[in-house]
Amino acid sequence: MMRNLVPILTVVATLFVLWYGAAVALNAPWARDQAARAGQELGFGALVVQTWTQDKPKLPAPHQVAAEIWKTTGKMVLAGRGFSKRSLFYHSWITFSATALGFLLGTALGVALAIGIVYNRTMDMSVMPWVIASQTIPILAIAPMIIVVLNAVGISGLLPKAMISMYLSFFPVVVGMVKGLRSPGAMQLDQMRTWNASASQTFWRLRLPSSMPYLFTSLKVGMAASLVGAIVGELPTGAVAGLGARLLAGSYYGQTIQIWSALIMAATLAAALVGIIGLIQRVTLKRMGMA
Amino acid sequence: MGWLILGATVWALGWWINSRLSHRPKTRLTSLLVPLIFGLTLITIWESLVRGLDISPILLPPPTAIAATFAKSTDILWQDFVQTALKGALSGFIIGCGAAFLIAVAIDRFPFLQRGLLPVGNFVAALPIIGMAPILVMWFGFDWQSKAAVVVVMVFFPMLVNTVQGLQDTDAMQRDLMRTYAAGYWKTLLKLRLPAAMPFVFNGLKIATTLALIGAIVAEFFGSPIKGMGFRISTSVGQLALDLVWAEIVVAAIVGSGFYGAMALIEKAVTFWHPSQRGRT
Repeated sequence: MMRNLVPILTVVATLFVLWYGAAVALNAPWARDQAARAGQELGFGALVVQTWTQDKPKLPAPHQVAAEIWKTTGKMVLAGRGFSKRSLFYHSWITFSATALGFLLGTALGVALAIGIVYNRTMDMSVMPWVIASQTIPILAIAPMIIVVLNAVGISGLLPKAMISMYLSFFPVVVGMVKGLRSPGAMQLDQMRTWNASASQTFWRLRLPSSMPYLFTSLKVGMAASLVGAIVGELPTGAVAGLGARLLAGSYYGQTIQIWSALIMAATLAAALVGIIGLIQRVTLKRMGMA
Repeated sequence: MGWLILGATVWALGWWINSRLSHRPKTRLTSLLVPLIFGLTLITIWESLVRGLDISPILLPPPTAIAATFAKSTDILWQDFVQTALKGALSGFIIGCGAAFLIAVAIDRFPFLQRGLLPVGNFVAALPIIGMAPILVMWFGFDWQSKAAVVVVMVFFPMLVNTVQGLQDTDAMQRDLMRTYAAGYWKTLLKLRLPAAMPFVFNGLKIATTLALIGAIVAEFFGSPIKGMGFRISTSVGQLALDLVWAEIVVAAIVGSGFYGAMALIEKAVTFWHPSQRGRT
């Protein structure tokens, strides 16, 4: 861990330096233009300061984004309005609830399909190719249509977004679980047969436990996919609430700092969710004696 | 009522044929035929449900209506295909994957960079990168360049992580053998490590194909010229012309599967030696 820390920090520091540099390069034309109109000449120092403090920069500097995030999270909590509609916590919560619901539905569907595929030969041969083909369809592209159509039949709010998340997250679970449920070798299956184990005993005591490492790996992928689904699902709802709506509103009004802060918030949310699954994975596998 | 009965009958018939076929020894023909029959029954059920239950075509058009629209508006679909799939997705895919591949080879020379970049790359690969789309549209304008930029950003990290992992996939024995042959860095790279990395590279390329199409289409929601698949989808939804939307989805599905299938075929030709490819005819 310590061995990796220095290189990681170096890379992250380099990224920040590049970010600040890019901010100067991208925002400089506007700053020069402003200065020329005011009839002033900008020195290098003044130019750099100007490019890092613009209101609507092409690329906001990291500290501007950090300030905006603080303004819409920590500061609002301190003011006692941590859940007002302008707070990023509120928007993250909206996105998170759609993500979580979609993730649960997707996992349930994925596990059910995987069990069917493993136990039923007909299903294996007819469904599995379509599960793979279903992911070559860019579902995100038709997310707006699903939302609008479901709205038209009176289903609105959480469920349409969750459906998109579900569609994106069931695939890794199916693939991982099919692999996992099939991972016990012929020797182990024969051993179960010698013990005269019924089909359900074989499932609960052998197949399911040995599929756990595969399940957790695909849950992580599924969680990340389902967050993307929820964010894109929020785009066509008219920018009401959620991180996706913040992105869209920011892009309509040219509020780049707002876009970046929503983006960072989404990244933090993704990292936290995947991290939680990682934690559960470590605890579970340790208790099962697999890690 | 008649339609519903037809649907149920077709479903039962299809399932019966499939279960008969799948219990016979697996051949190339049956492994193609079974999913095909399954897909056909699904489409028939869709058609008969829509007609039998009188679902409004605004909500869910029947497959026959979609096919009719598809045949009628091929020129629009072709124009959108060129704009989104060829100009946006394909150019972004080539630039992004090419850059990621070259950078991965460069990183591979420096263990320090490798230890630092891999965790960061893994982290970034799990982020909702699609959120970068509005920013990139702002930077590169409304035309296909901004879509290609979104695709580049989306495919870069999965490709990078996979290639770096693949380049590490040789064991000490193989590298020692190269050293006994007095092979230098470049020779080892070309004759041993790059070929050994190919399964991983193709894994990255396959992931990138679906990401590329998604990126190009979603980026168009944030602004585009008056053509392109994403543009057509979002405006047609607004006009409730759902049969045209579904026709675009059919195009997207064909392009997506074709792209993926092409990658799988190239993979088969390049990595014929790998255990996952052997034993398949």
